[in-house]
Amino acid sequence: MSILIDENTRLLVQGITGREGMFHSKQMMEYGTNVVAGVTPGRGGQEALGVPVFDTVAEAVEKTWANASVIFVPAAASADSACEAAEAGIPLIVVITEHIPVLDMIRCKSYLAGLGAMLIGPNCPGIISPGKCKIGIQPGYIHKKGPIGLVSRSGTLTYEAVHQLSVNDIGQSTCIGMGGDPVPGLKYIDFLKLFRDDPETEAVCLIGEIGGDNEEKAAAYIRETRYPKPVFGFIAGLTAPPGKRMGHAGAIISGSKGRGEDKVAAMRAAGITVIDELGRFGEVVAAGLKR
Amino acid sequence: MNIHEYQAKELLRAYDVPVPEGKVADTVEGAVAAAKELPGPVWVVKAQIHAGGRGKGGGVKVCRDAQEVKTAAEAILGMQLVTRQTGPAGQKVKKIRVEQGTDIERELYLAVVLDRGAERLTVVASPDGGVDIEDVAEKYPERIFIRRLDGSHHIWPFQARQLLFGCGLQQRQIGRGAALIANLVRLCVEKDATQVEINPLVVDRQGTILALDAKMNFDESALNRHPDIAALDDPDERDPLERMAAEIGLNYVRLGGYVGTMVNGAGLAMATMDAIKQAGAEPANFLDAGGGANVEMIRKGFELMLSDPGVRGILINIFGGIVRCDMVAEGVIQAAKSLGLKLPLVIRMEGTNAEAARKLLDASGLNLFGASSMAEAARRIAELTKEARQ
Repeated sequence: MSILIDENTRLLVQGITGREGMFHSKQMMEYGTNVVAGVTPGRGGQEALGVPVFDTVAEAVEKTWANASVIFVPAAASADSACEAAEAGIPLIVVITEHIPVLDMIRCKSYLAGLGAMLIGPNCPGIISPGKCKIGIQPGYIHKKGPIGLVSRSGTLTYEAVHQLSVNDIGQSTCIGMGGDPVPGLKYIDFLKLFRDDPETEAVCLIGEIGGDNEEKAAAYIRETRYPKPVFGFIAGLTAPPGKRMGHAGAIISGSKGRGEDKVAAMRAAGITVIDELGRFGEVVAAGLKR
Repeated sequence: MNIHEYQAKELLRAYDVPVPEGKVADTVEGAVAAAKELPGPVWVVKAQIHAGGRGKGGGVKVCRDAQEVKTAAEAILGMQLVTRQTGPAGQKVKKIRVEQGTDIERELYLAVVLDRGAERLTVVASPDGGVDIEDVAEKYPERIFIRRLDGSHHIWPFQARQLLFGCGLQQRQIGRGAALIANLVRLCVEKDATQVEINPLVVDRQGTILALDAKMNFDESALNRHPDIAALDDPDERDPLERMAAEIGLNYVRLGGYVGTMVNGAGLAMATMDAIKQAGAEPANFLDAGGGANVEMIRKGFELMLSDPGVRGILINIFGGIVRCDMVAEGVIQAAKSLGLKLPLVIRMEGTNAEAARKLLDASGLNLFGASSMAEAARRIAELTKEARQ
């Protein structure tokens, strides 16, 4: 098992004919993802990478039974694309695009909630269930099938953590980058619930960073529900100064809110094994699992 | 992106939010001329910098005649204004706003802000304006009124009424107050503002409601659809190196230490500066060369890092995924050679083609240290720069 995606996932790529969309669609196919269709308005009837391209998501779903979508369209059109996918009945939507205006995202999430669609991202690397399906831009080969569920707000930091796990011979059930924006779709708690109910997942890694309070909320959830699986945590940006945006739109300490040390303290209070040095991530998780 | 008070007030006026009459000036003569064109008998001269707390720092002066306006303008223009938000170096004042004085009856607080936790635009009001709102929130939380908009950024009239009654406004002022709140919300939504704060919002002795100060922040991701807002950016308010980085499309934040860092990806870049600190050294900067770093970006990043005179050593940390490490190594070698790099350089590369990258670096003849893990890289650069430690 794994969460949200597996070998039965039928993926639609919105923006498949664009440069990024085409490149990563090819990579996803090579990994083994079942890409069934693309959508580019005005390109309906064409083919890309051997799959049909449609003008609308509704038509793509009707003809190919796509049950997940990944969005590689420009920022100004991304919220609209996600809404289109939800309206067509797609239950899982992954938005890779960065720099989507935050007020667009609030409207988009509100629309998606009404339709019951799940959103991962924006500004994220995507989701991967090693050996089964990859939706996003992650380097597939660093992953390894196994018992760890991993969720993060970052891209390369996630790869670093995954790499260390794999090198230490610890595989992963599903790895998710939920994105570095201030208003992400699914958040830590959503993934924690899914990992809790997934029999293949034996432990969870939460990789957080400064800004917002999602890590604190996740820690509170773990504490209050007596979360049944071991959780390992890491927080990036402990040395970041307040008021400065550290690359990610969401990674900013505002006043006394969003500080790294508060997140670490909340994690420790919830019984999470906090990894202080990123360089020892894989090692600490390996030792923790043996106990 | 933040803007100046005078710019914010022009925007407010365009959205039918009343503000005192005023003009902006960048010379003493201009300030005196502006005061002459404005109704008196009292004028206020206000320094235009982005940081708050200007009054306490001496950046706001009340004047009773043209001579006082002249004296105030002379004192404020060109001063290095230090406030609780500027840091000890302060910010140089290049512009001032000269404004008609207001006969204040009451000072309120009103803001429309993005509440990140709630994921909603939120209107905040308080009868206690003109002071630090965070202090009010701490001491008298019952005097802060908060109403959240719905997911389509709509405010209902009842929400505005609740806020205004909470502020103690009288029945006859509610209509105008509600229109003012609706206009602020419209400004936020139409211009992608994530914060419009009016502190204080005043009621004058004639009963008019006026925005006496205004602070605005706009979503940088939305600036390309608002060229009018993008044009309000004041590059002088930013660190020159951060400005340069923005122009070439790199995320750079100066931190003040002595170990320059360049990393691909924001999360890993933050974790790298943390690792440097844990190893006992001080990071000079945060620099995210992007998840898809290429040779050109690496070269520009190098130049940028070295423009900071405080840098005594460099740590490069690349996790190759889609990006190949050997390609990044080429970029590093080219940049280090063309810039004649003399500083200690530690490189840690992992992921796609990392082995090929190590061979290239070994063969380059450059004086560099290749680290095989993050921990080793941080420890090594800390050793190599220990003379810079105080």
